[in-house]
Amino acid sequence: MSVSLFYFVAFLTIFFALLVIFSKNPVHSVLYLIVTFFTFTLHYIMLNAQFLAIVNFIVYMGAIMVLFLFVLMLLNLNEGSIGSKSNLLKMVGVIAGMCLVITLVGSVKALNASDPLVLQTQDLGLVKNLGKVLFSKFLLPFEISSILLLSAMVGAVLLAKKDIKQG
Amino acid sequence: MENLTQAIQGVPLNHYILLSTIIFAIGVIGVLIRRNAIVIFMSIELMLNAVNLLLTVFSVHHNDPSGQVFVFFIMALAAAEVAIGLAIIVMVYRNINSTDVNILNKLKW
Repeated sequence: MSVSLFYFVAFLTIFFALLVIFSKNPVHSVLYLIVTFFTFTLHYIMLNAQFLAIVNFIVYMGAIMVLFLFVLMLLNLNEGSIGSKSNLLKMVGVIAGMCLVITLVGSVKALNASDPLVLQTQDLGLVKNLGKVLFSKFLLPFEISSILLLSAMVGAVLLAKKDIKQG
Repeated sequence: MENLTQAIQGVPLNHYILLSTIIFAIGVIGVLIRRNAIVIFMSIELMLNAVNLLLTVFSVHHNDPSGQVFVFFIMALAAAEVAIGLAIIVMVYRNINSTDVNILNKLKW
C-alpha cells in the first residue's frame, strides 16, 4: 500500500462526479452518483473513520439512492424529455465553477498548510470513541436531530399527499 | 485495515483540500448547467459530500472526534433534506407535468 492509492481513488471520485453532471439520462446520473458515494466510502475507510464509512454506505448508498431512483421512475422522465441549456449558458456555468476552484485553491496556497496527514490515534473514528463523544458532548444536538427527522417525515408526507379538495 | 490506513500517511493536507474543492466546484457547475430539478438536487448532494469529506480530514488532522460527529449530524440533515426536497419535486411535477426548472421561472401558479 502506498500513497498512490489515495490518488487513484481521488481520480475515480472526480471522474464519476463529472459523469454525474454530464450524462444525458438522469437514471445514469443516479447510478454514477452511487459509484461516487462508494468512492467517498473508500476515502473514509482510508482515513480510518470506520463509523462514517458504514453510515455513508447505509444512508447515502442505501436510503438516499433508493429515494432518488424511486422518484425518478415514478415521474417517468425519459431521455430528452427535458432539454439542456444553451451552449452559452453551459460555458458560463463551467467558467463560474472554474473561477470558484481558482479562488479556493489560491486561498489555500496563501495559507501554506502542506504538512502531511498523520493518524495520531488509530481508534479515532471507531464507533466506541465516537459514541462516547456523541452521547456526552453532543447529547442535546442528537436529541434535536431526532425532532428534525420526525418533522421532516411529517412534512414529506404532507407535501407528497394529493390535495383532497383538488382531487 | 491496518495497512489500508497506512495509505494516507504522507498524503499532504493540501491535496485533500484540493480534492474537496474540485468536487464542490463540480457540484456548483452541475447546479448551473442542468435543467432537470432532480439532477440539480444530486449536484447539491455532491457538494454536501465534499464538505463531509473535508470535515473528516480536518478531524483526523487535528485528532479531534468532534468533526466526525458533525459529519454524522450533516448526514442526518441530508437525509431529511432529500425526503423533503423529493416531495417538493413530486408536487411540482403534479403541477407542471415536468421537472424542468426553466418552466418554473414565473411565480404565478
